Amino acid sequence: MINVLIAVLSVTVIGALCAVLLVLAAKYMHVPEDERFPKVRACLPGANCGACGYTGCDGYAKALIENPDVRSNLCIPGGDATAAELARVLGRAVEDVEEQVAVVCCRGDCSATQNKYAYEGMQTCAAAAALFGGPGSCSYGCMGFGDCAGVCPVDAICLNDGIAHVDPRVCIGCGMCVRTCPHHIIHMVPAVSRVVVLCQSHDKGAVTRKNCTNGCIGCMKCEKACPSDAVHVKDGLAEIDQRKCTHCEACYAACPTGAIARFVGGGAPQAPEQQ
Amino acid sequence: MKELIVILMGAVLVNNYVLSQFLGICPFLGVSKKVDQAVGMGIAVTFVMLVASAVTWPIQRFLLDRFELGYLQTIVFILVIAALVQFTEIVLKKYLPALHKSLGIYLPLITTNCAVLGVTINNISDGYNFIESLVSSLGCGLGFLLAMILFSGVRGRMEGNESAVPASFRGLPITLTAAAIVSLSFLGFGGVIENLFG
Repeated sequence: MINVLIAVLSVTVIGALCAVLLVLAAKYMHVPEDERFPKVRACLPGANCGACGYTGCDGYAKALIENPDVRSNLCIPGGDATAAELARVLGRAVEDVEEQVAVVCCRGDCSATQNKYAYEGMQTCAAAAALFGGPGSCSYGCMGFGDCAGVCPVDAICLNDGIAHVDPRVCIGCGMCVRTCPHHIIHMVPAVSRVVVLCQSHDKGAVTRKNCTNGCIGCMKCEKACPSDAVHVKDGLAEIDQRKCTHCEACYAACPTGAIARFVGGGAPQAPEQQ
Repeated sequence: MKELIVILMGAVLVNNYVLSQFLGICPFLGVSKKVDQAVGMGIAVTFVMLVASAVTWPIQRFLLDRFELGYLQTIVFILVIAALVQFTEIVLKKYLPALHKSLGIYLPLITTNCAVLGVTINNISDGYNFIESLVSSLGCGLGFLLAMILFSGVRGRMEGNESAVPASFRGLPITLTAAAIVSLSFLGFGGVIENLFG
């Protein structure tokens, strides 16, 4: 019994001495921080997602204080409210945040594609992609192991019928899934978008058609249908310039394969169209 | 005096903690991109090693040995090292803010730098007295500093010559390969001390 007491006491005493040393050091060698830092930091949501391009919320707050050129609307999860709050604390003009949501640009679900081999390795997209571009017949498409769902901080991604889906009403636009996807098929689009191209295949039309019934075959019908010059086919794949898009949905109506899909965004739940 | 020189030189060259015993690899790879940062890290680690040995040796001798508490060695030493690293961080933040900023996350990580724990435990298990353990930790710290400086020089040349590195080796693979070659070169010091002073 006495042995146990001595052991516990000695560790406690050593710990207490160390604590006293640190308390004294912290007191006498205290470096005053910029008094705006706690205020700026308090405005940020604290998700540490990195969407702003800095290492976490602390890094962004420091950059905002030290460099007046750093824009105050980079926090996408926080949205307009955070940008306004930051601008108020820093004494700057308010800049709107362009809310963005992630979209998995693939419609190659189990009914549209086949497997070119039976994959039995590690059940992650990163591992599967290293083996001949993944088991799916289309080497551009979603493999459906859910690496993106694993990194999503708000559980906005679900796996359905072999491909991932992002729920735009839940997505906070942090972009972590975009950086994770080994096939780079997740893209950020403005939350106000109405049409998106759900295909990433740059193969020729015939090859794409063979691999997936829902893929973009580069037929140019959408490009011709678009009245505002927003849709262009590059390398056998349609691309929509969301800044020029007027949401007329002519490309959606013209697409023969369904690669261009209607998109009900939402971004921040307070978007008026949602309610 | 001769024994102290043997211990010092042995710790720096022959039993170099990083390159011969492979302790403290994390900061070795993490902070060796620039020479000035590498020097800062090396000095910080040397300082922590010295103070940690000065504190842990009496603890071992007068507390743990006396009350037969040898099994508490690891936990007590880590406690002391963690406190010292925190203390070093506070001091650096106050007096050398530039170095504090450039070391960043690697400074708190000295806490878990196994080279620091390794040197304190080896001092005990090698049966050194107080002066000898101080000299040994100084030597280990200097050896760490030397390894950091050498390797940051090698890395500086590689970073400037990205195109000379085969594409699949760029980044971490070539860094580890270079570390292995620098480590091989230290094999050449084996036997030097015995032949000089033996």
